[in-house]
Amino acid sequence: MGKTISEKILSSKSGSDARAGDIVISSVDLVFVQDTTGPLTIRQFKLGKKQTLASPSRTALFIDHASPSPSRQLSNDHTFIREFASETGCLLFDAGCGVCHQIVAEKLARPGDVIVGADSHTVTAGALGAFATGMGSSDVAVAMSLGKTWFRVPETIRIEVTGKFCRGVGAKDLILHLIGLMGADGATYKALEFTGNAVDSMPMWQRLTVSNMAIEAGAKVGLFPSDRITREYLKKQGRGNDYAAVAADSDAAYERTIKVEASSLEPTVARPHTVDNTATAKSLSDIKVNQVFIGTCTNGRLEDMAEASSMLKHKKIHAGVRLIVCPASRQIYSDAIKAGFIQTIIEAGGIILPPGCAGCLGLHQGALGDNEICLSTANRNFKGRMGNPEGLIYLASTATAAASALTGRITDPREVL
Amino acid sequence: MGPTTVKGRAFKFGNDISTDLIIAGKYAHLRSNLPELAKHAMEDANPDFVKLVKPGDFIVAGSNFGLGSSREHAPLVIKMAGVSAILAKSFARIFFRNAINQGLPALICPTDGIADGDNLEISLDEGIIRNVTRNETYKFTRIPPAMLNILNEGGLIPYINKHGDLKL
Repeated sequence: MGKTISEKILSSKSGSDARAGDIVISSVDLVFVQDTTGPLTIRQFKLGKKQTLASPSRTALFIDHASPSPSRQLSNDHTFIREFASETGCLLFDAGCGVCHQIVAEKLARPGDVIVGADSHTVTAGALGAFATGMGSSDVAVAMSLGKTWFRVPETIRIEVTGKFCRGVGAKDLILHLIGLMGADGATYKALEFTGNAVDSMPMWQRLTVSNMAIEAGAKVGLFPSDRITREYLKKQGRGNDYAAVAADSDAAYERTIKVEASSLEPTVARPHTVDNTATAKSLSDIKVNQVFIGTCTNGRLEDMAEASSMLKHKKIHAGVRLIVCPASRQIYSDAIKAGFIQTIIEAGGIILPPGCAGCLGLHQGALGDNEICLSTANRNFKGRMGNPEGLIYLASTATAAASALTGRITDPREVL
Repeated sequence: MGPTTVKGRAFKFGNDISTDLIIAGKYAHLRSNLPELAKHAMEDANPDFVKLVKPGDFIVAGSNFGLGSSREHAPLVIKMAGVSAILAKSFARIFFRNAINQGLPALICPTDGIADGDNLEISLDEGIIRNVTRNETYKFTRIPPAMLNILNEGGLIPYINKHGDLKL
């Protein structure tokens, strides 16, 4: 019997014949934390007897969730993180570099890697064929120290996507549709593996969106095989040598297969307060929005900036809407300025924030007022997520977000395209 | 794990209790001041929780408890509030691991028969929950051996310090 991508990677990294259901101890190729989980991770690390990092050059600390810091306490946390980086010689990506998951994709993740991060959206790097998963601070502290961790090898749900997406519909609509279908715990403890001809031709920025949200169905990882698109992406990032072939065996055993015809998908929105509470954008056209947020590790990429910019060109956003746009990394920000996207967004009435997580988790830069409605391209709409349990968060694609910024209500992007 | 039988009252919650409901992201500035952070445990799900909970009490919930963020502060503030175990029909993966890593039992069992305020006695060794209020008994799914070893040492860091390595 052949193996799934998860079974193959975990076999290779554990030096055993890893099969779904087995418990294995796996080596870890990259371990990272961010500024809201990092301080606890460092404290847990310091409680351990072993006080050295297994691999300083493959341990990364990111200051992205509260960056630049909005408070004295968080500034002190940042100082603590910077001191640990200089004590240990590990990688530090300070305020302004961008969201950890975007930088991991741009600079660090390699196909076939095992990556653990103290952030649930670590799954994003599954787009590059890395077994990447989020863990808590204790697990990550141990991975930093020992260079390994334990896993239960997950069963895999195969997601086969065929056909062509309609105009105005894309990866975000696909993953929101899937989460609606499976439920917020439909893939708990499982791996998702994406395949099919719509996946073969899916560009990397869209794959990153899909993998990023695998956790919203409870999944441990959201994996794409590596291919020509992975190779070209790595080459463009100056990391052509990091490419490795990652694919499932043709006779691998899957728990089940979910088939999706891309052309049947519509612009999709997750309603408050769970990501699986999905509906079509069209059916929500009477919902007025106060704030539109385009950015995050889900949809803050250059192509998102391009899409928003092309839809907003020579137009003004609705008078009652705040449009907040946040490029996910310094590279994206710089490229978006060179391409004129930022200028267009500002002229349309948008606010540009520095690369980072911005208002996604309610710390700063766009907290909601009571009963305010935000349409966000982020990955979570839990009650209280954007700083206020009385705020309402709807999740959608960049195209739906830009369309809604123009009209002031949730809008199917095909209405304005 | 401490005493093998624990007693307390049930604090009942629904399905899909997210880590944002357990400890909101807006309190990230308190994460290096755990006693202050713990004052906000479960705040957006039950604003009176910290005021009412007593040492030994239980959180009892539906399915998918702890979905969302990887913040280990979530089980940590629950433990600091005095909770001795969390009972749920199912747990989100990262939360489940984090709870065990903090030495907090997370027990998978049927919870529909337990009401808010019920008095419970849990025998961790026997795998049994007694609902004293309703004179009912439930079984919880045994914690996988690899995780039970971590729980029995009081969490992952004490486990590693004792054994020097991960062992299966």
